[in-house]
Amino acid sequence: MTTPLANYLVVAALLFSVGLAGALARRNAVLVLIGLELMLNAANLNFIAFWRFGPHAGELAGLMFVIFSIAVAAGEVAVGLALVIAVYRHRRTVQVDRLDSLKG
Amino acid sequence: MSRLDQIFVLLGHWLAGWAPVPVRPLVSAVLAIACIMLVFATCFALTTLAERKLLGRMQNRFGPNRVGPCGLFQPVADGVKMLIKEDIVPFSADKALHFLAPIVLTAPIWLAFAVLPFGRNMTAIDLDAGILFFFAIGSASELAVFMAGWSSQNKYSVVGAMRAIAQMISYEVPLALSTLPALMLAGSLSLNDIVAAQGSYAFGWLARWNAFTPWGLAGLLLFLIAATAESNRSPFDLPEGESEIIAGYLTEYSGFKYALFFLGEYVGLFAGAGLAVTVFLGGWHAPVKGLEWAPSWLWFGGKFAALIFLFIWVRATLPRLRLDQLLNFAWRFLVPLSLVNLLVAAAWYWSGAWPFGAAAPIRWVLCAALFVFPCHWLGGTLRGPGALPRKYNYAE
Amino acid sequence: MLNEIQFLLCASLTLAGAVAAMMLRNLVHCALCAAGAFAGLAALYLQLDAEFVGLAQLLIYVGAIAILIVFTIMLTRGEEIRPGVPIASPSWWVGLPVGALVLACLIGAVMASPSLVRLPAGAVHAPVRKIGEALMNGYVLPLQTIGLLLTAALLGAVVISLREPRNPESKTR
Repeated sequence: MTTPLANYLVVAALLFSVGLAGALARRNAVLVLIGLELMLNAANLNFIAFWRFGPHAGELAGLMFVIFSIAVAAGEVAVGLALVIAVYRHRRTVQVDRLDSLKG
Repeated sequence: MSRLDQIFVLLGHWLAGWAPVPVRPLVSAVLAIACIMLVFATCFALTTLAERKLLGRMQNRFGPNRVGPCGLFQPVADGVKMLIKEDIVPFSADKALHFLAPIVLTAPIWLAFAVLPFGRNMTAIDLDAGILFFFAIGSASELAVFMAGWSSQNKYSVVGAMRAIAQMISYEVPLALSTLPALMLAGSLSLNDIVAAQGSYAFGWLARWNAFTPWGLAGLLLFLIAATAESNRSPFDLPEGESEIIAGYLTEYSGFKYALFFLGEYVGLFAGAGLAVTVFLGGWHAPVKGLEWAPSWLWFGGKFAALIFLFIWVRATLPRLRLDQLLNFAWRFLVPLSLVNLLVAAAWYWSGAWPFGAAAPIRWVLCAALFVFPCHWLGGTLRGPGALPRKYNYAE
Repeated sequence: MLNEIQFLLCASLTLAGAVAAMMLRNLVHCALCAAGAFAGLAALYLQLDAEFVGLAQLLIYVGAIAILIVFTIMLTRGEEIRPGVPIASPSWWVGLPVGALVLACLIGAVMASPSLVRLPAGAVHAPVRKIGEALMNGYVLPLQTIGLLLTAALLGAVVISLREPRNPESKTR
């Protein structure tokens, strides 16, 4: 293992910002969810990198966190996509700028 | 006889010895990959021939017997036919996805052979979480099915792809759950450990294969059903049945791409059969203590061939299931039964501590009953409304 | 050297997939590039000796979440495939600078830290047995909570996306 920790952290930072920019800038709700998943994955990568390079790697704390994070993300994606489908049924659109009936 | 048993390992070491020391691991890895791909590609060719001949015999006719003695060169003829066919891509198809779909389907399936133990010391990679690797690879092929169906821009393709994905994700659950008791009792996810846990001999002569226990037999049956469905094989071949939906997600594929899909399906079947042999049928162990002298890879190959024959036999025998029957079967029968199987395995483990020596047959009967009653009850809930009472029209 | 090449390949696959997922016009291509990004991340986890997590990432993200996303794209026909429709939401001029700001903060924090030269202390073993023991001993409460959470998510997803029965008296469809 000759790559330093900073490489992994930079990859995670880039991934996070790409996910954030995409989630804030795209019009389709499903793409906002994809951006959200990319952000979660970037955080997971950070956890695993710090677990691997940290002093207490035997405690498996970082690994455990990521296992639970993946499980929670799976549940969240299921419910989020069900919401998108329900919204599509009522409003016939999934473009986020048209879902403004609660505005004002 | 251990020379013969380890002949492939020794051959690999000798060949890798010719390479300079820094690249030796790479050379031995490439050798293992080449060997696996050659063996299973030949197996694919022979299986296509064997399937047609066996199906023919079971349907009271000869199979192909024109090309070569007993039709042995038929796979060569099939290969040439597939290669010289024109590769038609629909005009409005998504060209990139249409091209990538067969590759994304076929390439990961070969990875599954990396963790199977083909004989003593003959695992390509001994992963700590080998069986998890196997299931992860199996689930990566569903995206390729979607890509194939969607990129063809054809209603039948899309509907076929949706049905195929629904079937594959539904049957992934019993596939994984049915192997869980074996993992639980072996205490490890590594396939080498699972094979080693089936290594000792009960009563001095009968091997402790998982299939000789009630939960192992049930698990084997559940796994074989789920593997048949995962590989879109009859009686679960609704996504590609010609009388149902033309060819489903394969409609717009011809020539070499179709051959790649075909190859991917069969190689997936081989991987499933290999895992069934490893987890339930004792891997490379002999069934009785007296037959240990035969090479371990020969035992693996023999059990593997028997399972392939079983798959072909089932294809010749059972009619196709409808989509709702298929999905009900997975979710309302196989998944609860897999969970009950876990309880049966736990009961078997705890009843192993019974003090009286004649416990073995009673143990077997009790644990089998614990499985058979929910099986019967769940099967009852699956049955449809049944035949309506007969209505007689008399001429009066 | 080999380690560096592996890292560069996996990281570039991940980042290329992520950028493509957020920038392409065709939704199905976006979803498949996102699946490629998840697979690249699984490769990075495997390189970091987190074997169980890497394989679980492949199984769950590529094998389940990507397929869920693809199904949703199919069921909610996206209107952006036509060339004239804009793909960015009206507030994109806020979103992109925020992303750039977050990136600048994170990269600044990484560059100013000693992690630039930090190498791992030693070989790390995370066998599945240890993970199982940790789950059953120290982390048993989160495990049970996750079970409850996933059950609730399953039921919730089914209930939310259930088709309402057509009621003749109700005014909404």
